[in-house]
Amino acid sequence: MAVAATPNATLPQIKGVKDVPYDELFVSGHRTCQGCESALVMRHMIKAAGPRTIVLGSTGCMYVANTTYYTTPWVVPWMHTQLGAAGSAALGTSAGLKVLMRKGKLPNEKINVIAFCGDGGGADMGLGAISATLTHKEYNSLILLYDNESYANTDIQLSSMTPYGAITTFSPTGKAKRLMHTRWKKNVPGMLAAGHPESRYIAAACAGYAVDLMNKIRRALEVGGPTFIHTIDPCPKGWDYHPQYSQELGHLAVETGIWPLYEVFDNKLNLTGPTRQIAEGRKKRKPVVEYLKRQGRFAHFTDEDVDHFQGEVDKMWEKWLIPGVIPFTIAEKDRALLRVDTTPLHEVKKPA
Amino acid sequence: MATIIEKGQDAVSSQIEVEALVTGCEAIAEAIRLADVDVMAAYPIRPYDGVMQAAAKLIADGKMDVEYIVADGEHSQFEIVKHACAVGARVFVGSSGVGWFYAMEAIAVTGGLRLPVVAICGNRALDDPGAFGTEHNDSLAVRDLGWLMPWAETAQESLDLALMAWRVGEDKRVSLPVAIGLDGAFLTHSQTIVKIPTQDAVNKFLPKYDLGNRLLHPDNPITIAPQVDQDWLMEIRRQNDAAMRRAQDVIREAHADFKRLFGRGGDNPFLDEYMTDDAEYVFFGQGTLALPMKVAIRRLRAQGHKVGLVRLKWFRPFPTADIVKSLLRFKAIGVIDRDYSFGSPNYGGVLYHEVRSALYSQPKRPVVLSFIAGLGGREIDQNMATQIFEKTKQAAEKGSLDQGDTCTWIGVRE
Ligand SMILES: Cc1ncc(C[n+]2csc(CCOP(=O)(O)OP(=O)(O)O)c2C)c(N)n1
Ligand code: SF4
Ligand SMILES: [Mg+2]
Repeated sequence: MAVAATPNATLPQIKGVKDVPYDELFVSGHRTCQGCESALVMRHMIKAAGPRTIVLGSTGCMYVANTTYYTTPWVVPWMHTQLGAAGSAALGTSAGLKVLMRKGKLPNEKINVIAFCGDGGGADMGLGAISATLTHKEYNSLILLYDNESYANTDIQLSSMTPYGAITTFSPTGKAKRLMHTRWKKNVPGMLAAGHPESRYIAAACAGYAVDLMNKIRRALEVGGPTFIHTIDPCPKGWDYHPQYSQELGHLAVETGIWPLYEVFDNKLNLTGPTRQIAEGRKKRKPVVEYLKRQGRFAHFTDEDVDHFQGEVDKMWEKWLIPGVIPFTIAEKDRALLRVDTTPLHEVKKPA
Repeated sequence: MATIIEKGQDAVSSQIEVEALVTGCEAIAEAIRLADVDVMAAYPIRPYDGVMQAAAKLIADGKMDVEYIVADGEHSQFEIVKHACAVGARVFVGSSGVGWFYAMEAIAVTGGLRLPVVAICGNRALDDPGAFGTEHNDSLAVRDLGWLMPWAETAQESLDLALMAWRVGEDKRVSLPVAIGLDGAFLTHSQTIVKIPTQDAVNKFLPKYDLGNRLLHPDNPITIAPQVDQDWLMEIRRQNDAAMRRAQDVIREAHADFKRLFGRGGDNPFLDEYMTDDAEYVFFGQGTLALPMKVAIRRLRAQGHKVGLVRLKWFRPFPTADIVKSLLRFKAIGVIDRDYSFGSPNYGGVLYHEVRSALYSQPKRPVVLSFIAGLGGREIDQNMATQIFEKTKQAAEKGSLDQGDTCTWIGVRE
């Protein structure tokens, strides 16, 4: 039954689409919606990680719609974990493997451990456990948060990752209230990177940029210790658009600057993909309305709502200490204390 | 920490145990060492965490090699060991009172997954209001979820039951988690002399943990716990039920083996009987309340009363046949519950309901009385024991109970 494998295989960076592994380790058998970007994240994730991987999956669409008895799409070993338990699942699995190998009860080899969770499971309920795991630097694991911006599986309820103003079944529009949801989306990868200095790799990604995503997965698994990746996943059902536009919406999330792509590798920030181009001034941020108007969940937005949204995104890019990553800044009188050049990124001259 | 009393420790090479003055918690820590546990997860709450403190010291002193994880809460604690157990690690975990409840989701799924996690519940009253002392409602909340549930009376029995727990829980015929009940303070933190087996002796009793074809590993790429819905859930629940039924015999086997190797454990793996041979009525309970009740029995016997005690050692699987066989010999059973079940039939305690239900299909049954006593760690003193005795004796003589007079709270200020 063993999956053909090269034990202790290293995971080199993928140079381009042609370099992507051919083997599919997430196959048919699931019943996610047409155009489900989260299912694509699963496929890319395990393609990049390879067969010597154990995957733990939290409750949510990627469990319920993805893993049906007798028709599992997982070619690798897979186990369910509870909604708020991705962090603990990663930690327990990794600790188990480590001690069993140390005591000679399991053959010594590198086995990747990936625990995934949704935004509800990871950014709301399970945030504490993920945070704890990111401090246990002696255990290797990757926690992947696939963010479809709602509790999708339970019929699209708002989570702390649902964007401002979006319609969900817990935030409908009504006669008295146009906007039921007025909280701004939590900045999870930024918060985790800022709060867990010993995690060697934390990244924000999007399956619309598949090679970038796969390389982030590989880097996270290669550096060792606990790591974290957050993907933004367009969800046709929850966001209310035609399934054929998933990739495009992923791109728009990045191109409008709403979802910056980056990695914090050994405590160094590296912007990736179009985010880097925007920061370097080689690409202009698209107006957020181009993204918002494509989705039914924002159909009730007035011009003021759009302006408010645009204003918040502008702040991310113009006011934050590190655009899209660190939201606070420093008082003018204390600028000298800062170790980095504080010139807003959009004003930084393109490197020669 | 444990003071080893070296009683001719190396005098004979066939030495199977040494004696030490230890608490219930320290006795469990010794069992963790002897079982070569691979992963344990800790979180502070009194009184169970005495085990985690004792185990931490054993690790710090180089006496055992365990992956010791300090978790961010009880839910994580129980999830961590559950997942370690699935990749083949022998595990230990525990909690008390509200901590046990904080872990409840993880506890429920561990039963469903049939992963042989071994836990202790250092029994403690639930908040609110706060109380440190023992009460059994924490453990009892998981009684329907597929956990085996032994209850210890002494530190010695804590150690013995822990070794049994890994053996029975990990047995492929069973493969169920085990929650050992240890009364807070009375047992967790009271020192007594305990016989600590040698590693060689334990190795003869406890085989290595082997999950077989249920191991989660790239060489065995299974999918564990996919969504089954109404199509399969009932069949899977039925398998848990079958495992629980098989557990009775596996416990008997383990008990017999343990007795052969160490000479301890009494005649019956499920029940411990005290002065019951000619008894007309008995007290019935579990955990440390056996101690004051035994003292009372000796006193009452000196006055000529034919009273005894039956102590339950395994609450799950509930040993119905053994209970029936034992209890039908008596005219009245005074069940003492260190728990409550508000609004239940006759307002009785949990154990009372279980005993009564076990006896129901018998044509001729003893009178069963419910006593709620010792909640929140209140000591059951001799006056209380006398009250329980008098009421039980009266019922035995009368052969019945008045409607509405089934359950009595003992030693409560009105
Ligand atoms: C403890 C607990 N509370 C609630 C639920 C119900 N529930 C099942 S799936 C789900 C949605 C999870 O949302 P998310 O993590 O964002 O994943 P998604 O469904 O969006 O993929 C919820 C709330 C649960 N399974 N467990
Ligand atoms: S609801 Fe959204 S996340 Fe869930 S399966 Fe459908 S597209 Fe995917
Ligand atoms: Mg979601």
